[in-house]
Amino acid sequence: MSSRDSILASLRRNAPPASPLPQAPSAITYSDPERQFAEAFTSVGGRFIRVATLAEVNTELEKLESYTQARKISSLVPDVGRTNVDLAALKDPHELEGIDIAILAAEFGVAENGAVWVPGSTLGPHRAIFVVTQHLVLVVPAGQIVHNMHQAYDRIRIERPGFGIFISGPSKTADIEQALVIGAHGPRSCTLFLVG
Amino acid sequence: MTGHAEKAAPFVADDARVHWHDQALWFVRLKRDRQAESIPEWEALRDAAAAIKAHTLSRIADYLEEFERNAKTNGIQVHWTRDGAEHNDIVHRILADRGLTRLVKSKSMLTEECHLNPYLEARGIEVTDTDLGERIVQLRHEPPSHIVLPAIHLKKEDIGDLFHKELGTAEGASDPKYLTEAARSHLRQKFMAAQAGLTGVNFAIAETGGFVVCTNEGNADMGTSLPPVHIACMGFEKIVPRTKDLAIFLRLLARSATGQPVTTYTTHFHGPMRGGELHVVIVDNGRSAILGHETFRRSLSCIRCGACMNTCPVFRRSGGYSYGYTVPGPIGSLLAPLRDSHKFGSLPFASSLCGSCSDVCPVKIDLHHELYAFRQELVREKVVPLYKRFAMAVLSFILARPWAYRVAGSLMRGIMPRLPRVVVYGRWNPWGRQRELPSMPGESFRDLIKKESK
Amino acid sequence: MPALAAEDGKNSMPKVGLFIPCYVDQLYPQVGLATLRVLRRLGIDVDFPEQQTCCGQPMANSGCAEYTRPLAERFLKIFGKYDHVVAPSGSCVSMVRNHYAQWLEGRPAFDHLRTTTFELCEYLVDIARVVKVDGDFPSKVGLHMSCHGLRELRLGRSSEVMVKPFNKVRFLLGQLRGIQLVELTRSDECCGFGGTFAVNEEAVSCLMGRDRIADHEKAGAEIIAGFDTSCLMHLEGLIRREKKPLRVMHVAEILEGAKLS
Repeated sequence: MSSRDSILASLRRNAPPASPLPQAPSAITYSDPERQFAEAFTSVGGRFIRVATLAEVNTELEKLESYTQARKISSLVPDVGRTNVDLAALKDPHELEGIDIAILAAEFGVAENGAVWVPGSTLGPHRAIFVVTQHLVLVVPAGQIVHNMHQAYDRIRIERPGFGIFISGPSKTADIEQALVIGAHGPRSCTLFLVG
Repeated sequence: MTGHAEKAAPFVADDARVHWHDQALWFVRLKRDRQAESIPEWEALRDAAAAIKAHTLSRIADYLEEFERNAKTNGIQVHWTRDGAEHNDIVHRILADRGLTRLVKSKSMLTEECHLNPYLEARGIEVTDTDLGERIVQLRHEPPSHIVLPAIHLKKEDIGDLFHKELGTAEGASDPKYLTEAARSHLRQKFMAAQAGLTGVNFAIAETGGFVVCTNEGNADMGTSLPPVHIACMGFEKIVPRTKDLAIFLRLLARSATGQPVTTYTTHFHGPMRGGELHVVIVDNGRSAILGHETFRRSLSCIRCGACMNTCPVFRRSGGYSYGYTVPGPIGSLLAPLRDSHKFGSLPFASSLCGSCSDVCPVKIDLHHELYAFRQELVREKVVPLYKRFAMAVLSFILARPWAYRVAGSLMRGIMPRLPRVVVYGRWNPWGRQRELPSMPGESFRDLIKKESK
Repeated sequence: MPALAAEDGKNSMPKVGLFIPCYVDQLYPQVGLATLRVLRRLGIDVDFPEQQTCCGQPMANSGCAEYTRPLAERFLKIFGKYDHVVAPSGSCVSMVRNHYAQWLEGRPAFDHLRTTTFELCEYLVDIARVVKVDGDFPSKVGLHMSCHGLRELRLGRSSEVMVKPFNKVRFLLGQLRGIQLVELTRSDECCGFGGTFAVNEEAVSCLMGRDRIADHEKAGAEIIAGFDTSCLMHLEGLIRREKKPLRVMHVAEILEGAKLS
């Protein structure tokens, strides 16, 4: 008997009595989800900037030291950022190393926790870009902030096969005496533009 | 065999350090409280999570088959392993068959349970734990002391000394930012050179044949988006029925674990990278036997958040190592003796049964009730030593007979005050080591009530 | 269950069986007396069945289920006939309500016993419907919410659980004139008694107890008040060994001097 069959047989033999799936509880909503999102995103070390147009994103980017000092910039958001990396030409995700700033589009944000959903299809040919980059910039359309994770999952279309990720702020760790350090293995900073 | 009390003794004896450890974890518990308070439906979420887990466990074979079908459609290779040995063997073969020798790992308590690292290292695989806390303990050749905060038992000076020796940081430097930066550079080299990445699984989704990994550091993503081969290891109990169920668990997980609303990265894997491979290894290793146990099956609902450890007044004051098992604290005090009741028989007694763990558990495992129930298992299996069982037999005999009880009580109250202090507080009296005994009244309540006017 | 109606004639007055835990009977008899007086002063018909000894918790907590059985059975036989059973102890009452089913499920009179056995404070608030506590107690008091009473009997909201705050013990004590219930940094951390835990894990137990005492001290408490003498016994043992300027008192002793209505 294969391990698979043996395990499944054991699970069926030992199955507990049937019990039903519950209804999801009614979940928190906010009077100002955008404000809640901004607060949540900022509290996890992200930088939140509200702008009206993509042109303003470019203006604001020029005020960021991490952007103006960046030697290698990769933007996957049309009309945003002075891209100087040709991602399609990279044969291997390892060649992403050295990218200082990556500018990515997120589909929507979640007010309760400051997370944004980034589907794999928007990450370009090498999905590692969101984590290998030294600094991350996210662009989210306004009016696309849901209140909570239940609404988020109602919205998400899982690409199969595929990849998708919730990102909430810059990478961080508190593994050394519980002292919060922003910038662990992933991006050292995360700037989010809510546009529109 | 030394039990929890003996192992805890040196930890407890270092007064400054034990209070520091206690405060650090209490602080995490407070952060959890603040997050929980901010969600009005918090208790309803816990109820829903517990119900989803109970439902899932009642049909888990079906859900695992559904997961496997959907995962295969996504191009994921699914492996099933009965125990730790099979698990280690399969992971090794996946690597060896492809000639891969450099592996990076993100946190997986399951692989700790199976002792994967030494198995692979003995076969020429370089294994680098990439979660900062895990890398720290790996370099120190010690196990993690907490499932979420692996290096919580270490001070920054300890880590500074370690990094000075291993990574060449400045001697005496202990600033967390400086040390983290050093670890970033060091581990970045490992990520870049890795040929395969291994992760745990926080949640596997039957409906879509994918799984979710949650991290703050981005190490799981670095380790699985650079090398072409990703191996994900999961206990079968990590399965949830649908993507919408993730909402409930993800709202509870980080809040319970570290007092954050969500981890920085919540990565959903539904297939290999272009040109890559994705393997999921499903592990039993004794879990299906626990499933069959009416009293203890709820322990399989555990989502490994660590909240029970943070809230446990005993864990905070004895440290993870005093449990002697991969997973310590209240949940570990069930999982360990479920694996080996003789080796871990002291753990269900390493609890005052205060119930705080059960009240923080996001999936409402009745931890302290299970610990109480396990004590009965240990008596039935005669793991509890004879002299203790005999003492209880004698006590039961006396207490079941009012005349014997009254005599014993009078004797105790009569004799104790007359004994010299050195006898009363001799080595036979563990109560008296740091405490005074209660004063012995001349008359018991039942003596006094006879005098009490109606 | 019906609240007591003080105006009822004696025939319809519920008869209360007073359950005095073994260690209260032997070591803290004044707590038993105070409990009796508090109930009697409310006009409650209280009877102390002399055949009682112990609820069996020491054996049960040690995992010795079969040695607990005779005590559970005795308890049912002795207390089964009362309308209500009241005890000055959260852990002993929890034993009856939450654990006795293992030995007594299905026995006639057990369902009644299980639903009518109460700890003193919850009895006063929920059954006797005490709303007013008229008395003086000018002291700084730290309230120790013992774990079984708190998390098994839900005498108050535990700090882990996100429900509306409530506390039956505080409701009673808080009305006393002059009392100052001090604010602790950890309102419901376990004191470390835990039954045989106090001896099996003596070092951690005492450390937990000392930390509780330090919290009360720092908050300015003169008295540590509780509804479970087992916890108080452990804390008092530490207090007296270290000669701390603190006293312990059972809630019954504090309420003894007041007029409850």
